[in-house]
Amino acid sequence: MTAAVAEPRATEEPLLKVRGLDKHFGPVQALYHVDLDLPSGQVTALCGDNGAGKSVLTKCIAGIYPADHGEVFWEGRQVHVRSARDASRLGIETVYQDLALADNLDIVQNMFLGRERLRLGLLDEDSMERAAGETLASLRVTTVRSVRQPVASLSGGQRQSVAVAKAVMWNSKLVIMDEPTAALGVVQTRQVLDLIKRLRDRGLAVMVISHNLTDVFEVADRIAVLYLGRLVVQDKASAFDLQTVVQYMTTGGTSGTNGARTKES
Amino acid sequence: MAHAPRKADLPGVTPEQATDLTAAPEAAAAGLPPGVVAQTLGEYVRAYVARIGAGESGVLPVIAAMFAIMLVFTVISPNHVFLSPGNLVNLFQQAAVFMVLAMAEGFALVLGEIDLSVGFVGAVGAAITVQLVQPLTTNWHWVPAVLAGLLACTVFGLIQGTIITRLRVPSFIVTLAGFLIANGIFLKILLLGPFSGYPNLAGESDSLHIIYNLMWGTIDPVVSWIAAAVVVGGLGLVIWLSDSRRRKSGLVAPPASLSLIKIGLIAVVAIVVVGISNTNRANLGTLEGVPWMIPIVLAVLGAWTVLLQRTKYGRYVYAIGGNPEAARRAGINVALVRTVGFGLCSFTAGIAILLYASLLGGMSNNLQGGQYVLYAVAAAVIGGTSLFGGRGKPLHGVLGGLVIAAIYNGLYLQGISSVEWQYIVTGLVLLAAVVIDAVSRRGAASGSVTRA
Repeated sequence: MTAAVAEPRATEEPLLKVRGLDKHFGPVQALYHVDLDLPSGQVTALCGDNGAGKSVLTKCIAGIYPADHGEVFWEGRQVHVRSARDASRLGIETVYQDLALADNLDIVQNMFLGRERLRLGLLDEDSMERAAGETLASLRVTTVRSVRQPVASLSGGQRQSVAVAKAVMWNSKLVIMDEPTAALGVVQTRQVLDLIKRLRDRGLAVMVISHNLTDVFEVADRIAVLYLGRLVVQDKASAFDLQTVVQYMTTGGTSGTNGARTKES
Repeated sequence: MAHAPRKADLPGVTPEQATDLTAAPEAAAAGLPPGVVAQTLGEYVRAYVARIGAGESGVLPVIAAMFAIMLVFTVISPNHVFLSPGNLVNLFQQAAVFMVLAMAEGFALVLGEIDLSVGFVGAVGAAITVQLVQPLTTNWHWVPAVLAGLLACTVFGLIQGTIITRLRVPSFIVTLAGFLIANGIFLKILLLGPFSGYPNLAGESDSLHIIYNLMWGTIDPVVSWIAAAVVVGGLGLVIWLSDSRRRKSGLVAPPASLSLIKIGLIAVVAIVVVGISNTNRANLGTLEGVPWMIPIVLAVLGAWTVLLQRTKYGRYVYAIGGNPEAARRAGINVALVRTVGFGLCSFTAGIAILLYASLLGGMSNNLQGGQYVLYAVAAAVIGGTSLFGGRGKPLHGVLGGLVIAAIYNGLYLQGISSVEWQYIVTGLVLLAAVVIDAVSRRGAASGSVTRA
């Protein structure tokens, strides 16, 4: 993780660059020629109405779906992400909306699931517990009573924190979060937004998919809007206000500057 | 927009304070004292039930139930014969089959599946072994004969597992088919050789003696004590060293007193079991010593406990039982882990029914393979294994098996040897265990929702 800390905003080349991405499912064109930049040290919010293609784009980046056309550049080099394994090898981790935690396992077991440390062929619980505790502490997730608590006993915000900690433990450079605050109350939402800011401050690239524009404006450095499979706009968050984002999300443009900031079409 | 003032309200709030903020309005909203009392009591009970569900103190209720059952039968049995050393050793022997079969079923249950075929798949393996060691026919040495039987079981289980995982057929149906197929194969194997369908273990051959002695052989009392001391000492040392190491390095660990209680309990159990077994239980002459089947059951218990609690494979079994989708996304080969689970289930069932063959001194078509499946599920669930997957330990099978055997044995001593009553009582106990399982699971689930 130390590698990504230096000079978060200084890099010219974005960490991840998507160019001309197409994806269709049978006759349905889910993504048209999407161009997207995800720079290090910044939170990029991906907005769009239901069915705009947010999840498909996420899954294409995370290696769950193969794209039909288009190029993906990682740290300036072209890469082909064919599986979730490929994605994690590059340093891309996704926190899905359902979090993918096993309720019956405790926090340590969940954080190391599939990547357990062994000693003499048996699970090295001590070392895993220590590492999980350190990662949680480094993210200042202090609300959990014990790392040996089963996930079933955690609140929604704590679960989200565990899922994020699980994602950043593996020297990840890009964390994609699908609706991280959708199911949370006010205080839990605050915890998660703070966590997202901490990831950014560590120099990670963060992509947040959200319907909640209040949260988006609070946490995002950049905003990208998808409309019916097209990426209609992406820019610094300060270039938008709530009204214009809603307009892009619902009509694909603004009445005044119709398509002016759109890089495609 | 509604959130805008919130930001101003909570500048620099630390997460700890933030949690307190949620807690405060909830407590205030609870309002009236009775409500508060009920809620905290409910919370307490729920936490306890959740802990039971998580297997933390899951063995306490079943141990309490076992003592209750033993107390009742001791009081009502003629001359209080239930607690006599002879009957208790008898009870251990009857329980051994249930225990090992429940540990077999445990693999399927923890994976969130069920295996209805264990009784007859195990019977196929045991029948193969009993047939192969017959001096009049194949006259195999007992080692390859046992291995052949267990291998047949494992292959049967792997085939079932492959069909379940690759073709995505519910395990209930596949193992029901397997149950019928194995029943047929079992009867076919019994008919082989000149034994009119009843190959037995009586006869003059070392291999026959050894299979017979799995259940009936005894270990010399002195050796029993020494072995028990070595096992308790070794286990106690491992528990103490690992707990104290974790305490020193600041990891989550039980307090020293709890470690000592754990070790003490293991020692007490060992002393009681060896003490009972080493009492002369013969009406005439001498019959004493720990039956072979006790170390056999303990070996299975130890091996499967290490496999499930201390290896990657075991961790994946629990993960799949808890959330298969999470396991898949973590890169776990879910189909392979489940298939191997069914293989291990059938392998262990082979050991169980081999013990049954030894108990009966042979194999016959009297084996109630279907009934044994229900006993196995009942024993596992009574012991604390969840029917809903993800929770359960081999130890649960052992304790549940002891409870089932105690009921079986106690009713028999009362002269209620008719299967009708055994069915009814076992059915009621199974029903109670399943209801507790379902209620505790729902309680844990709603508890986490209210806390979210």
